[in-house]
Amino acid sequence: MSKLTLKTEGDNHVIVTRRFAAPPEALYRAHTDPKLVQQWLLGPEGWTMPVCINEAKPGGKIRYEWTNGKGGAFHLTGEYQELEPYSRIVHVERMHLPDPTPDNHVETRFDQDGTGTLMTMRMTLPDAQTRAAMLATGMERGMEASYARLEGMI
Amino acid sequence: MNLDATFSALADPTRRAILARLAKGEASVMELAKPFEMTQPAISQHLKVLEDAGLVTRRVDGTKRPRRLAKAGIEAMDQWLTMLRKALEKSYDRLDEVLASMDQPTIKTIAKIKRGENR
Repeated sequence: MSKLTLKTEGDNHVIVTRRFAAPPEALYRAHTDPKLVQQWLLGPEGWTMPVCINEAKPGGKIRYEWTNGKGGAFHLTGEYQELEPYSRIVHVERMHLPDPTPDNHVETRFDQDGTGTLMTMRMTLPDAQTRAAMLATGMERGMEASYARLEGMI
Repeated sequence: MNLDATFSALADPTRRAILARLAKGEASVMELAKPFEMTQPAISQHLKVLEDAGLVTRRVDGTKRPRRLAKAGIEAMDQWLTMLRKALEKSYDRLDEVLASMDQPTIKTIAKIKRGENR
């Protein structure tokens, strides 16, 4: 059973949803406390986030740096725009590969769902072309490991 | 399979509509052109992009060249999205563990008050 959904909407949106057993307050903290973010926002096995700057206030900076310890590295920068504890976060982000990708506007909602939380992440890219590029290459880095695992599974 | 080409091909609404039509079954260029206010050459150009991206294939039927979805291309795209989903799922599985180990004093307090333990 997969609890996660990933789908495109309209010309330039990507929507990700996921259910969690924890309440919205915990989800909000896990997204805005750098010590917590560092523990989970890692993608495939073998990657770590040695640098995690996360200033959870309007205009606050975001900077995540990932490495796989084998020479593979990339980073993401962004800025917070709106924060509504514990239900909603709006921020802008871009990947550096190493050239920056166009800005991705992300609205993350944490809605109470029974005793847990339904998280809805709505990404808005400048246009359809950029979304296509993001889906095709933007998250490619650091995914070799999953790819290898997936190939083994199919 | 070049996924850059595949996703670029999908970045155009007309091409997505063509794919949606072909998902219902094979169609001629003329049939594909009908719902759009476009000339046949314009549609042919879109079809060429889709063919180059490995999403559409053509069949020879006398003088006709009906188009259909290319199964391999669609599956490759689907696999890529599955992989992307799995990378995200991996992060969120970790988040489940982080959440489970988090100290949640406020939440515990609320639960206690609800149970009447704080009086």
